[in-house]
Amino acid sequence: MKPFKYLSPTTVEEAISFYGQHSETAKYVAGGTDVIVKVKEGWIEPDFLISLKKITELSDLHKNEATGELSIGAAVTHATLEKSLMIRNEYPIIYDAVSNIGSLQIRNVGTIGGNLINAVPSADGAIPMIALDGVVLLHGPDGERSCAVKDLFVSPYKTILKPGEILKKITIPPQRPHTGSAYIKFGRRAAMELPLIGIGVLLTVEDDLETCTKARICLGVAAPTPMRAFEAEKLLVGKKINEDILRQAGETAADESKVRDSVRGKAWHRKEMIRVQVRRMGLACMEIIWNNN
Amino acid sequence: MTTNISFLLNGDQISYEIKDHWTLLHLLREEMGLIGTKEGCGNGECGACTVIVDKLAVNSCLYLAIDADKKTIETIEGLASTDGTLHPLQQSFVDNGGIQCGFCTPGMIMSSKALLDENPNAGREEIKHALAGNICRCTGYIQIFESVEAAKKMGGQNE
Repeated sequence: MKPFKYLSPTTVEEAISFYGQHSETAKYVAGGTDVIVKVKEGWIEPDFLISLKKITELSDLHKNEATGELSIGAAVTHATLEKSLMIRNEYPIIYDAVSNIGSLQIRNVGTIGGNLINAVPSADGAIPMIALDGVVLLHGPDGERSCAVKDLFVSPYKTILKPGEILKKITIPPQRPHTGSAYIKFGRRAAMELPLIGIGVLLTVEDDLETCTKARICLGVAAPTPMRAFEAEKLLVGKKINEDILRQAGETAADESKVRDSVRGKAWHRKEMIRVQVRRMGLACMEIIWNNN
Repeated sequence: MTTNISFLLNGDQISYEIKDHWTLLHLLREEMGLIGTKEGCGNGECGACTVIVDKLAVNSCLYLAIDADKKTIETIEGLASTDGTLHPLQQSFVDNGGIQCGFCTPGMIMSSKALLDENPNAGREEIKHALAGNICRCTGYIQIFESVEAAKKMGGQNE
């Protein structure tokens, strides 16, 4: 591995100032499960790695019980999310997605912010954050700004982050009562493998426990960046949720997707799995809603 | 680009002058001569290099040595007693055919140890979930899972 100097700032401001000194010869790193591979392979050759590990605010995970807002620091590891009972009980879609990222060794070190910033089309971590209407807070040389997680991605491996900007946290707005959410990483095997297709569904229903007031259908590996199937979502809102309408939503989502052939599978197979899994994840949402009532 | 770090390695307090770009795997194997930890893929895909850092299984090939500063590290060398008595997990892998060529074994055992230390009653599904990042090309995994289950009964967690 090409030598570099490792810098360990303790505040975001200090990290940004290090970046200011070294600009493009520097690279931010958190868990390192993607960055170190890139350095080892010679895909990037930074002279400085600016570690975000010692910036304590980036590892903060908490729910504000007064407002119902969930705050996930960018350097929170996948394993921390996976082990959190609050996440497992209240945000099952996050649990579903992070518990099958890489391997336990990767999840113990790799971070949710890093997973978003790496911006692979399959990013398991992105789908739940989009389905939950997550917002990212960015901090760079020009100050802070925020944007919806769904608008973070530009193209494969590219986000809207400007040079020197750091993703600080992801904020999840309060969830309404009678909300269920589920994600499936569909492929030959979950661990140590990128999904053939990733499907996240979130449904909110009225007090009658069947009329849909909000739907999110989010797809990974279905387009160059994680996407929402807006038409399929519209189809569900205002309707009573049952297997039939979910089947229609699956058809619509498959039509909306921009799947293509790759080494992991063919486009037709991906479409077929969107049809099936949107329905199944929708039913899983309803199970959660009924069980929690 | 050298930095002094100190850490607890298998119960011993260690101070070492390291280069910033060294991985923990490089420090252990190439600098300290602890060759029990294996390098398989070098990219975090195979788990052969698994060691335990502050109770968590990590791929030492992607973990920078500099990040081991002030941490507690456990490697396969730390498991057997000084009189040569094997740790229950090691004995169980021997007894149950959990080892064939042996290359994945140190990583398998460290992942298993991290699991049983945290959850001494881990069931088959939990064992499979915890070992999913350790690749074995010989055994077909069944004997490995059986070895971990048998070790559990022997008290495979920390005494």
